[in-house]
Amino acid sequence: MDTNRAKTGDGGIILTSSEDLMNWARLSSLWPMGFGIACCAIEMMATYASHYDLERFGIFPRPSPRQSDVMIVAGTVTFKMADRLRRLYEQMPEPRYVISMGSCSNCGGPYWEHGYHVVKGVDRIVPVDVYVPGCPPRPEALIGGFMKLQDKIRKEHPLAPKMLLEMEEEAKANEVPFGSETLNTEKVMA
Amino acid sequence: MNFSEIKEVLLSQFGEGIIVNSVDNAPQPYLVVHAERIADLGTFLHRDERLFFDHLACVTGIDNGAEAGTMEVVYNFYSIPYGHGLMLKIMLVRNKENEPLPTVPSLSHIWRTADWHEREAYDLVGIHFEGHPDLRRILLPADWEGHPLRRDYTVQEVYHGIRVRYEDRDVPTSDDV
Repeated sequence: MDTNRAKTGDGGIILTSSEDLMNWARLSSLWPMGFGIACCAIEMMATYASHYDLERFGIFPRPSPRQSDVMIVAGTVTFKMADRLRRLYEQMPEPRYVISMGSCSNCGGPYWEHGYHVVKGVDRIVPVDVYVPGCPPRPEALIGGFMKLQDKIRKEHPLAPKMLLEMEEEAKANEVPFGSETLNTEKVMA
Repeated sequence: MNFSEIKEVLLSQFGEGIIVNSVDNAPQPYLVVHAERIADLGTFLHRDERLFFDHLACVTGIDNGAEAGTMEVVYNFYSIPYGHGLMLKIMLVRNKENEPLPTVPSLSHIWRTADWHEREAYDLVGIHFEGHPDLRRILLPADWEGHPLRRDYTVQEVYHGIRVRYEDRDVPTSDDV
């Protein structure tokens, strides 16, 4: 036996579905937009830096929304910022994700009552995938948020036709095993 | 130069009428002056060799509420070479609803720092500075309604389709309707 062979797995073959492969590739190279608004951004920068090293997860900030997969809203979103933030989100290519980092962008934080200038939660402007609590959250918490997002992406079906997914949902609701011989399509479609 | 000496200089230059009220025994003594004289006073404070107030440390706008019916502008001057300071105050009549904002002459042509300070007072308290080169809002968006540091301020319901108040979080925005 040739013991000097490169360790690529026995026989060098991995069996998987193209969907799993694609999801694995997407969740292993989440590129956030290089964008921070307030003090949470300091923690975010610390998470990027050598101590916590987000790049070991393939997470690496990009200087343009056009190249980004995920937007980390790290800080207080003011109404003056709201239009800009929405514009940046719209400039990102799909599929795109949003991590709301810290109390301010989750719900307005300490400005919830008297902060006339603060948007009470960034989910009023853009759809949020993961909320990271904290004021500000520690780098570990942000990494935890990214792992939640990775879990979410792992369960997605980016290649499946929408209609098929809808049929599967309906079949589940009607407790008919999907793809079984007894599947009555007319009943499911109705 | 201390407060009473500075006051003497101002009295000998402008006469008795320049000072409306003098508060000498406060922790920080100050002079109340007429709004329309502030630009003349500023030029003198800046140019006079005995005073030489080369630094305008702060401009503050205060709203005392509709009941009191007054507003104030406070100026803190400081002379870096002499190390002495002076506080001046202007009392204004507060505007009622649908009336123009109370007006004060701008000092931005004497101290450049007054430019942004006056824009801030305009933005948050609602005081108009006559002769200001560029009196826009400095902190809030240009199309914001009202001046938030007024005592009777109530925040607007919706800004660009976003509900402003925390309590409205589950109410559909105007875009959904």
